[in-house]
Amino acid sequence: MMLALEMFRSLPRTVAGKAVGRRLPGILSGYAAPLRLVTLDPPKVDRPGWARLRTRLSGICGSDLGALSGQTSLYFSAVVSLPFVPGHEVVAELVEDCEDLPAGTRVVVDPVLTCAARGVEPCEGCASGATNRCSRITVGHLSPGLQTGFCKDTGGGWGQQLAAHRSQLHPVPEGYSDEQAILIEPMACAVHTALRAGVRENDRVLVSGAGSVGLFATFALRRLTAAGEIVVVAKHAHQREFAQEFGATEVVAPGEVLRRVRRSTGAFQVQPEFSSPYLLGGVDVAVDAVGSSQSLETALQATRAGGRVVLSGMPAPADLSAAWFRELEVVGTYASARHEPLLSGPYAGRSAFDVATELVGHDAVARLAKSVAAYPLHRWREALDHAHSAGRLGTVKVAFDPRSSQ
Amino acid sequence: MTRPGFVLEVDDRTPPLVVHEGLGFRLESFPLGTRVVYPPESLPTVPDVEAAIRDALLHPEDSAPLPELLFAGMRLTIAFDDLSLPLPSMKAPDIRGRIIEQVLTLAAEAGVDDVEIVAANALHRRMTAAELRHIVGERVFRSFYPQGLLYNFDAEDRDNLAHLGTTDHGEDIEISKRAAESDLLVYVNVNLVAMDGGHKSVGIGLASYKSLRHHHNPKTMVQSRSFMDHKKSAMHHSAWRIGRVIKDHVKVFQIETTLDNDVFPKPFDFFQKREWEWGVRDQGSMLAAKRGLAVAPQKLRHKLFHDMRSAYGLTGISAGEVEAVHEKTLERVHRQQVVEVQGQSDVLVLGVPYLGPYNVNSSMNPILATCMGLGYYFNSYRHQPVVRRGGAVILYHPLNEGFNQLHHPSYVDFYEEVLAESTDPAVIGEKYEQQFAEDEWYRHLYRTSHAYHGVHPFYMWYWAAHAMDHVDEVIWVGADRKVAARLGFRAASTLADALEMASGTVGTSPSITYLHNPPQLLADVR
Ligand SMILES: [Zn+2]
Ligand SMILES: [Zn+2]
Repeated sequence: MMLALEMFRSLPRTVAGKAVGRRLPGILSGYAAPLRLVTLDPPKVDRPGWARLRTRLSGICGSDLGALSGQTSLYFSAVVSLPFVPGHEVVAELVEDCEDLPAGTRVVVDPVLTCAARGVEPCEGCASGATNRCSRITVGHLSPGLQTGFCKDTGGGWGQQLAAHRSQLHPVPEGYSDEQAILIEPMACAVHTALRAGVRENDRVLVSGAGSVGLFATFALRRLTAAGEIVVVAKHAHQREFAQEFGATEVVAPGEVLRRVRRSTGAFQVQPEFSSPYLLGGVDVAVDAVGSSQSLETALQATRAGGRVVLSGMPAPADLSAAWFRELEVVGTYASARHEPLLSGPYAGRSAFDVATELVGHDAVARLAKSVAAYPLHRWREALDHAHSAGRLGTVKVAFDPRSSQ
Repeated sequence: MTRPGFVLEVDDRTPPLVVHEGLGFRLESFPLGTRVVYPPESLPTVPDVEAAIRDALLHPEDSAPLPELLFAGMRLTIAFDDLSLPLPSMKAPDIRGRIIEQVLTLAAEAGVDDVEIVAANALHRRMTAAELRHIVGERVFRSFYPQGLLYNFDAEDRDNLAHLGTTDHGEDIEISKRAAESDLLVYVNVNLVAMDGGHKSVGIGLASYKSLRHHHNPKTMVQSRSFMDHKKSAMHHSAWRIGRVIKDHVKVFQIETTLDNDVFPKPFDFFQKREWEWGVRDQGSMLAAKRGLAVAPQKLRHKLFHDMRSAYGLTGISAGEVEAVHEKTLERVHRQQVVEVQGQSDVLVLGVPYLGPYNVNSSMNPILATCMGLGYYFNSYRHQPVVRRGGAVILYHPLNEGFNQLHHPSYVDFYEEVLAESTDPAVIGEKYEQQFAEDEWYRHLYRTSHAYHGVHPFYMWYWAAHAMDHVDEVIWVGADRKVAARLGFRAASTLADALEMASGTVGTSPSITYLHNPPQLLADVR
C-alpha cells in the first residue's frame, strides 16, 4: 500500500472552487478542493515497456492548481479520468528494470501519454515526433488522460509510487540534485514555448509573468533564440532578480508594461472608451506566461500588427479584438515534443527534454533550484496554499516529497 | 518710497512664518537665529501703460523707431513669450496683448499686411485657443487666429524650420523659418526673473531640439552660476553666441517688460506682507484661507489656486536692440528683486508653491516640484549660492499631485523608467535623452495635442543639476516618502526632523537661511 493525494469527482466542490478559487486560496485548500489523502495499491500497468517508479519529488504546477480550483475549462473533462493522482513534474527512481534502464535509475518523466505508452499505432503527431500533439490520449490500453497526473491508471507524482512507460523516461545526469531535476519538465515546456514563439533575430519579446513558466520561458528564449530585447513582467522582488539572471533585458511591474513597451518600441498608444489602452506598434512576440485574462490582454495589447502571441499555459477568456484587428498570430504551446523540429545549432535533432536537461545544469537555474520548497504529502493544504501564493512568498517552485513524513 | 528687501533674524518675538507647500501653506516656527530673506515690496509702476508702450516703440534703444522699420510689402513676424510667464497669469488685459495691438497699429499705418503672430513656446506645450486669447486679447485673437496667422511655434515641423548655421562653438542654430525669413521680427517679452529675455527670447523660444540640446544639457546647466546672471551662466553664454548669429540673419526688434511684485490678488495678498505686520484683516484672510484649504478636496484647492489672476503693475518697458534692451530690463528686475545677503549658510529652506512655469493650468508633478525648488529657487542668487557647498536644502512640498497625462506624458515614463534607474543628470542624459527627444509618440502629442515635448522632463531635471551637485543633502518636508526616494531625496514630516536628518552633514546647530518667496527674490550673496 502507498500514500497518495487523490483528486476525485465532487461537483459541489468544483463549483465552490470555481467561485472562490483564485481569490481565497485558504478556502480552496480547505473544504473546497476535491482532493484527499488516501491509501492505495501502487499503480501497475501490465504492458511491455511499463515499470514502477518511486517518487522522490513532484512539483505543483499552475495547471494543477487550476484543476483543483475548478478554474480549468470543462474542455479538459473529456481528456482526464477520475479519480487520479496528480503530479506531472516528477523525479523518481525505477523500482524495477525498464528495458535498457536498470532498477534504481533516477529519472524524470515526460508526462504526455502518447501512442507509444498506450500501445497503439502511432498517430500522425506521434509519428512525426510531435508527441505533445498526440490524438490518441483517450484510447488504447489506458484510461483517458492527457498526461501522467491526469490518468487514473498511471498514478502521479503526488503519490509514493507511480507507473510510467519507457518512452516517458529521461535519466537524470549525475550531480543534479532532485530539486534541479524537478525543474526539467517545466524547462522542457519552456523550450517548446521558446521555439513556438517563432522569434527572429533581434525581435523584441515580451514575457508576461515571472512565475516558473515565465522565468523558464525567458531562459529558453535567451538561450535558444536570437531575441533582442526581452521585457519581463514581474510583480515581486525575487522574480525581478531571477528574471534578470535568466536573460531579461528589462523587468517591469504589471502597471508599467504598456508604457515601457510603447517607449522602447516607439509605438503609439490609443485609449478606447471604458477600457484599457493598447498600442499601435509594440513587441514582435509576446508570451503570456500567466494565463489570466489580464495577462493575455496585456500580451495582445502590446504586440505589433502581424506579431505573435504565445499562450503558454491554459488561457482565461479574453478580448480577442486585437488578434483580429492587428492580424496577430495566436499560437498555443502545450507540453513538449519528443522531436523539436525548430531546434538548431548544437541542439538540432534533440528532444525538448534533452535540451531542458542541459539548460537546468546552468548556474542560474541551480540557484533557483535551491529555493524549491518541499512538503510531505500530509501537509498538502499548506503546500497548495504556498504554491498559490508562491510569487508573494518568494518561492518559484513548490513540490511534494512523498518520502518525507515531516 | 518702496521698502527694499531685507534679511530678518528670527528671535523670540518673531511669529510663525508662511511657507508655501504646493496647494497650501503652513506657518512654520523657525529656530532662533534663522535668517529670513524677504523680497522688496513692489516698485512704483508706470502710470500710463499705453503711453509707455508707445514711447518705447518710438524711442527705442540702439535702434531706429519701430515705424521706420516698417514698410509696405514687408514680412513682419511678432513673437511673444508663452504662458509660462508671468506666474500666476496676468489679469486681462495681458501686457503682451497691449503691446501687440500697438505694434499692429503702427504696421497698419505703414501698409504692412503680411503679419504672423507666433507664440515662442519652444518645446513647451501648445497653448489652447483660450490661453492664446488671454495673452493677445480678444481683438487680435479674432483677427488672426481663425486664419491661422496666430499660432503656437512647432519645433517638430521640419518644413518650417530654418538652419542658420552654427556658432564658433559648433552650436546649431535652427529656428522658426517664418521668423528667420521675416524682414522684421518683433519679440514681445515679459520678464519675471533675470534669467528671461535677452538672447534667450528668439534663440531659445523659437528654436528646435537640435539647437536647444547644445545648452540644455547637464554639463552646461551645472556650470551655470547662476541662471539669474547671464554673464556667469554657461547656458546664457551659449544663448548669447546663438543670438549674435541670429542677429546677422534677422532684424530683431526686442520689446521687454518688467512687472512689480503684486503676484497675489485679494484675498491672498497677505502672502505678500511680512507676518509681524499683518493687520486684523490679514490675520482673518490667512485663517480663512488656511481653514478653507484644510478642508477642501485637492481638486478644489487646485482650482482655487490655478484660477488666481494677478494684477501686476508694469515697472518698465524697453524696446530696440536685444542686448541694449536687456541691460535696461536687468536693471529693473534687480531693483525689484535683489536682496543683499551676507555670506552663505549651512542650510537653505525653500517653500515650493503650487505653480511653476510648466504647470500653468496643470499639476505640479514631482519632477516639476524639483525643478521649481532646486532649479528656480535654488538658483535665485548672484555671486554665490545662498547655501554653502556641501550644505543642505530643505524644501516644502507634498510631491503628491501626480502627472497630468495630457500635458506631461513623457514625464510619467521619465519618472517610472529613467529615475528608477538613475537620478544622475549626466548618466540619464547620456542614456535616455535622445530616445525621449526622438520618440514619435511624444512628437505626435507635442504637435497635435497639448503635451510638453518628450525631452522636457530631462530639461527640468538638468535644471536641478547644479543644486544637486552643490549640496550634499536634499530633504523634503511633508513629502510622500516613496516619491522623494524615487527622486533620490529624503522626506521628513517636520522641519525639526529634517534638521535632525541633515545634522550628519551640517551639524546640530547649522546656520539656516529661509528664502521667503514667492514673490520672486534674488539673493545677492556677498
Ligand atoms: Zn505543468
Ligand atoms: Zn499519438
